[in-house]
Amino acid sequence: MFAKLIGCGVAALCLSMSNAVAQDAKLGELSIIAPAGAGGGWDSAARAIQQVMTETGIARSIQVLNVPGAGGTVGLAQFATGAGSDANQLLVGGITMVGAIISNNAPVKLDAVKPLARLTGDPLAVVVPASSDIKTIDDLLGKIKSDVAGTVWAGGSAGGADHMLAALLTEAAGEDPSKVNYVAFSGGGEALAAMLGGQVVAGISGYGEWQGQIESGDLRALAISYPEPIEGIDAQPLKAQGVDVELVNWRGIFAAPQVSDEDMAKLTAAFDEMVKSDKWQELLKARGWADYYLPADEFASFLTEETQRIEGILTSVGLAGK
Amino acid sequence: MLLAGGFAQALTPMNLLFALIGVFLGTAVGILPGIGPALTVALLLPVTFKLDPGGSLIMFAGIYYGGMYGGSTTAILLNTPGEAASVVTALEGNKMARQGRGGPALATAAIGSFVAGLVATIGIAFLAPVIVKVAVKFGPWDYFALMMIAFVTVSATFGNSPLKGLTSLALGLWLGLMGIDGLTGQARLTFGVPELLDGIEVTTLAVGLFAIGEALMVVSMHKTNAEKPMAIKGSIWMSLEDWKRSWKPWLRGAAIGFPIGGLPAGGAEVPTFLSYNLERKLCRDKNAFGNGAIEGVAGPEAANNASAAGTMVPLLTLGLPTSATAAVMLAGFQQYNIQPGPLLFVQHAQLVWTLIASLFIANAMLLVLNLPMIGLWVRLLKIPTPWLYAGILVFAAMGTIAANPSVVELIILVLFGIAGFLMRRYDYPVAPAVVGLILGPMADLQLRRALQISLGDPMVFLNHWSSATMLAIAFIALVAPFVFKGLSRFQAEED
Repeated sequence: MFAKLIGCGVAALCLSMSNAVAQDAKLGELSIIAPAGAGGGWDSAARAIQQVMTETGIARSIQVLNVPGAGGTVGLAQFATGAGSDANQLLVGGITMVGAIISNNAPVKLDAVKPLARLTGDPLAVVVPASSDIKTIDDLLGKIKSDVAGTVWAGGSAGGADHMLAALLTEAAGEDPSKVNYVAFSGGGEALAAMLGGQVVAGISGYGEWQGQIESGDLRALAISYPEPIEGIDAQPLKAQGVDVELVNWRGIFAAPQVSDEDMAKLTAAFDEMVKSDKWQELLKARGWADYYLPADEFASFLTEETQRIEGILTSVGLAGK
Repeated sequence: MLLAGGFAQALTPMNLLFALIGVFLGTAVGILPGIGPALTVALLLPVTFKLDPGGSLIMFAGIYYGGMYGGSTTAILLNTPGEAASVVTALEGNKMARQGRGGPALATAAIGSFVAGLVATIGIAFLAPVIVKVAVKFGPWDYFALMMIAFVTVSATFGNSPLKGLTSLALGLWLGLMGIDGLTGQARLTFGVPELLDGIEVTTLAVGLFAIGEALMVVSMHKTNAEKPMAIKGSIWMSLEDWKRSWKPWLRGAAIGFPIGGLPAGGAEVPTFLSYNLERKLCRDKNAFGNGAIEGVAGPEAANNASAAGTMVPLLTLGLPTSATAAVMLAGFQQYNIQPGPLLFVQHAQLVWTLIASLFIANAMLLVLNLPMIGLWVRLLKIPTPWLYAGILVFAAMGTIAANPSVVELIILVLFGIAGFLMRRYDYPVAPAVVGLILGPMADLQLRRALQISLGDPMVFLNHWSSATMLAIAFIALVAPFVFKGLSRFQAEED
């Protein structure tokens, strides 16, 4: 009861704060489902949207609801069946959800909801411990070629973006991606310890998660998986180094299945405004996220291509669900 | 010197207020099962954005410490652990409460949390760089060996019959296998239910087996001889004897909890098991444990708070959040453009020392807030039984729904409640099931990770001195009781 009361109090405090800024907001009272627990990437993306939209007065208030489970597919299923045509309910998702739908063979797929905007893109970093004798991405590809099983990778959860990149690199080295020896950790944090402890050969994680160690020189970043160089990151894209591999850990936002065209246009305009606001740009910089914005229509066609590509990668590793 | 500067920074009236709010919120959410400190900190992030970094971090530290402590209150009084790390506390703590010694149990938990928090915070201030060097060296083989020690010590929670204890443990291990396998991404034992893909939530099992099971048991005995726990017998404060029996477990608990909390995959549960078993082994009065031994509350409670402080070590020195709450706190750092990591101590020394000082303050605040509350809490037990247990059922269901709003979760909770009732009815201990659910998946994952890294060579566990030593300890702990028994029988025959 205590906590409930306090929860109400906190919510009321948030509400009153946002009310003060926005009396005539474009959007009303939104609720965003973050299909993961507090503290994860989707949760922080949802709360970032909450922060910027209420501060800039684009939305009157935003409530973030955590529905964790199964790479986001539990939250997706709940959203797709529950939101109907309600324009005030949104869902955060990303590349991991696309992968989880494929590998778990989830009954509700992303085509059940409406893509609204692709928002952020995390570059993945390919790193080795500072003490490693692997100095360049070519050294690493050579190592894979000579001993694919002995090239032990550390990265985030199985079937996630990190795992996909390890498979793509193995393939680029000319080896069978199903042989990739990928040790899955729960997120970049635990994998980081395995890297620093020298227990594995190479690691993959979001650049931001390892930024501190890369800058302090404990880890050596060989390449990033982003298509273009990023300001402030020394490591160059794989593509620029002659390896034709690209993978971005993108996150986007989705609208309810039966949202009317009119509402959809309103939402698209609102997110367009948010993405272009200074507040959003500042926040991206603070979190180390790249601006990877695509409006609704382009996001939809990107999603179709990306789904096919990821299905191909996961099938090659033997992770696609039957 | 830097620490003194940190105190100067943290000891403003405003920051003290933040610490008080944090500890109060933390204690409150710790009491309600399901709503953890992580969710609370996440909810508060947008609010604290307006504050200065120091103030909001102080509040978060208060929530974290408060949450770790709050879970023990319901575990002791109502046999309803609010979170996994309080499961062990319920074992002896609730026995004490039933004997009218709820006051001393709560007091030893509060003071133990304070002492352990103090020791561990000193540890952060002076040992963080050392601990972190050791912690990253800790490989999957070492975690597996640590799990083995924990498994061996689990027998301490078995109650009277080892066979029944093992049955209960097996149930927990089976439940632990459910969900997506961490290494291959394949679903195991989920029976096509998407909600099971993430496995069984530990709090759901703990709340189901302990709280709901207990409530059903009380209802079933209503007509016969409902055992009404005594509210208060003797003083609600700790006697001299209680102090004497508590202070060593506090320190030992802190010594176990802090380093394990500092490990990237250490967690808060394992040290509570280890501490409970250690105190049981060291206790001179062999009948004390199982009948409300204050050591069994003092040690694990100290261990769990010390481990909370321990998680600050990888967070501050590596930027590595090892618990959900730490992950949200990391986001808190980032919203001020501060990136925790190896450079944090250099780049933002003042903030780090303010945070460390605020940990001290939050810790002291915890004691100030909670000691006077004990008298109030104990009176909970004076509520008429039907009201009390109806309240527990509401609390349990509400907490579970708050953590994971789904019908399936509620059904699982009820099923565990029925299982808990049946286990109680037929005298099976419920704690080993929870322990199995916590340890099983961790051991499974670390074993396979180790073998994956060694390319399938099992010698990896013996080639590292650290894991070899721990496995040897586990082996000795397992075999020694039998050897001693055999020896004494041998001697008896000779005489």
